[in-house]
Amino acid sequence: MAAGTGSGRTVSSTFSPVKVWLLLPSWLIISFFLALPVLLMLIYSFLTKEFRGGVIWEPTLAAYDRFIFDRGLFGDDPPKIEWVYISIFVRSIFQATGATILCLVIGFPTAFFIATRATNSKIIWLFLVTVPYWVNLLIRTVSMKFLIRETGPLNELLLTLGLVDAPLKLINTNFAVQLGLFYSYLPFMVLPIYAALERYNFTFSEAASDLYAPKWTILRRILVPIVKPGIIAGCILVFVPSLGAFLAPDLLGGAKTFMIGSLIEDQFKGAAGNWPFGAAASMILLSLVLIVLTYYARAQAKEQI
Amino acid sequence: MLQDKLMTKKDAISLQEVRKNFGNFTAISSVSFNISDNEFFTLLGPSGCGKTTLLRMIAGFEATSAGKIKLYGDEIENLPPDKRPVNTVFQNYALFPHMNVTENIGFGLQMLGWSNLEIDRRVMEMVELVKLNEFANRKPGQLSGGQQQRVALARAMAPKPKVLLLDEPLSALDLKLRKDMRSELKKLQRETGITFIFVTHDQEEALSMSDRVAVMSSGKVQQIGSPSEIYEYPVNRFVADFIGETNLLDATVEKKTRGELIICRLSNDQRVTASTNSSVSVGQSGAISIRPESLIMGKRPHDSTDLKGVLGQSTYLGTDTQFEIRLGPGLTVAVRIQNSVLNLENFRNGDQVFVHFADDVARFLVD
Repeated sequence: MAAGTGSGRTVSSTFSPVKVWLLLPSWLIISFFLALPVLLMLIYSFLTKEFRGGVIWEPTLAAYDRFIFDRGLFGDDPPKIEWVYISIFVRSIFQATGATILCLVIGFPTAFFIATRATNSKIIWLFLVTVPYWVNLLIRTVSMKFLIRETGPLNELLLTLGLVDAPLKLINTNFAVQLGLFYSYLPFMVLPIYAALERYNFTFSEAASDLYAPKWTILRRILVPIVKPGIIAGCILVFVPSLGAFLAPDLLGGAKTFMIGSLIEDQFKGAAGNWPFGAAASMILLSLVLIVLTYYARAQAKEQI
Repeated sequence: MLQDKLMTKKDAISLQEVRKNFGNFTAISSVSFNISDNEFFTLLGPSGCGKTTLLRMIAGFEATSAGKIKLYGDEIENLPPDKRPVNTVFQNYALFPHMNVTENIGFGLQMLGWSNLEIDRRVMEMVELVKLNEFANRKPGQLSGGQQQRVALARAMAPKPKVLLLDEPLSALDLKLRKDMRSELKKLQRETGITFIFVTHDQEEALSMSDRVAVMSSGKVQQIGSPSEIYEYPVNRFVADFIGETNLLDATVEKKTRGELIICRLSNDQRVTASTNSSVSVGQSGAISIRPESLIMGKRPHDSTDLKGVLGQSTYLGTDTQFEIRLGPGLTVAVRIQNSVLNLENFRNGDQVFVHFADDVARFLVD
């Protein structure tokens, strides 16, 4: 993390033995509700599909094979690469990246604004950022749908103002999905960046300005590098859930905006599902996320040295 | 007119009726003085006296509410900090934590558009100057307080500023290091010939390093002078009290004598000869300031002007011992005497003693 000025924290030797016991509840929850289900999914992804949902305990690579190869209707054609699922993945990555960039572009100035207010108004602004979270995500996403549909308030406003001649077709587009993701996850971007800016010592900016740096250079060379851990944390917190999101693409998007989250959701829903395939898709998604996070951790470690 | 311009050209900084208000609060109320080229000038005062605000106005971090700030004759009060050819050493150094020593020192030069070759040469020169050769590639977090302090100095001096501003740069160091840095700072200033404006609340720092000191309190400059001037000839109660330790005794002018000397009456009706630099009239009230170390104490009186008193508490201070002597009801003076010239055994609580005031040690200060 960004090394501030000042010395490191000292750990009290009198109180340190307590630490182990305090971690026990977390360890229990992580093993039962995280490690075990993921392990179960990993096992399911290598099992055979049962027709009414569920699995048969016969190990096979069929789920992964189906994800990558097209072997025709009866499964005996020479294998070709299956682009359908790969393109869903690529689209998901694009959508999540877009949502992350949108969140960053809007979230950074917002966090900067809040961090530079007086203490009292800071609390109010932070409260306002979290207000949307008092409403269920489903309801928020549905409201967004009503807002941007062809006969919705947004289009009516644009038409009245004469900014457009015909209603904009926003619903069922990639843009709508991105808007939905952006709206869902914006606070996840604002809060970590705010926390980093809150620790930022504005004397650094004064020092840079004293050393003849103009305002934008201070932002680029001093402020952003120092609060970078906050920015990266915000990006991860937005990117990862956006990648697996299914509510926004289901409600705001159409068939052309299908994302991994929806694909996986469908495999476990109803009789048409394919549990091993859904599990395999989940595992591929998880690996993708882990690769990104490992890369980030490596880069961080390198910077520390 | 021409002469006037030439005169101001000589001054590194010239403050003309500079004022600063924060809302209804007046932080600086109309301050005017000049700082000469190559001078080590110190702004000294208790916290909240406005010394840091004044420094920040020279640096450009605070806008002036009124008045002019001139740098070698050019008005700079409306320029942003990055357009002022002055550099600052910050109280907590404000070293960029993501840059190593070399990058920190080179930052200002980069911003000024120096070539990489020139930057490298100058940075090496500065690293050498502050003796940090072995640490050139370390980040601020890997340096001790004293080393960080040196980096901050090198960073601020690298762009060859006309004036260097130092905002309590030694306050974060421990006592031993602070004393070493004092002489080093003074040496650096003499060698580089840069005008230093140094802000501190530590009078020892101010007295030991400065060519001139401005003593400030509640947004005003109380006195400007050389260290010995402000120590030996304080102009008012505040300066006398703030600089060093002093006895402040309420007194009334009784008689004017030759030159600057006057006879004053203390509250216990005893008389003391004091010097003054302001014109006083008989009957005027004020205070007499005498440094504890200027007083002489004995079992027997030196002469008829000595004051009789009763010895109170004594405090052992290593090289010295400080005695409290009651001269009368509500009138106590502190006397400090070197232990090497005094046999402590002879002086006990409750003993009767005589305090000798030499003519030139007492200063009469008008209220």
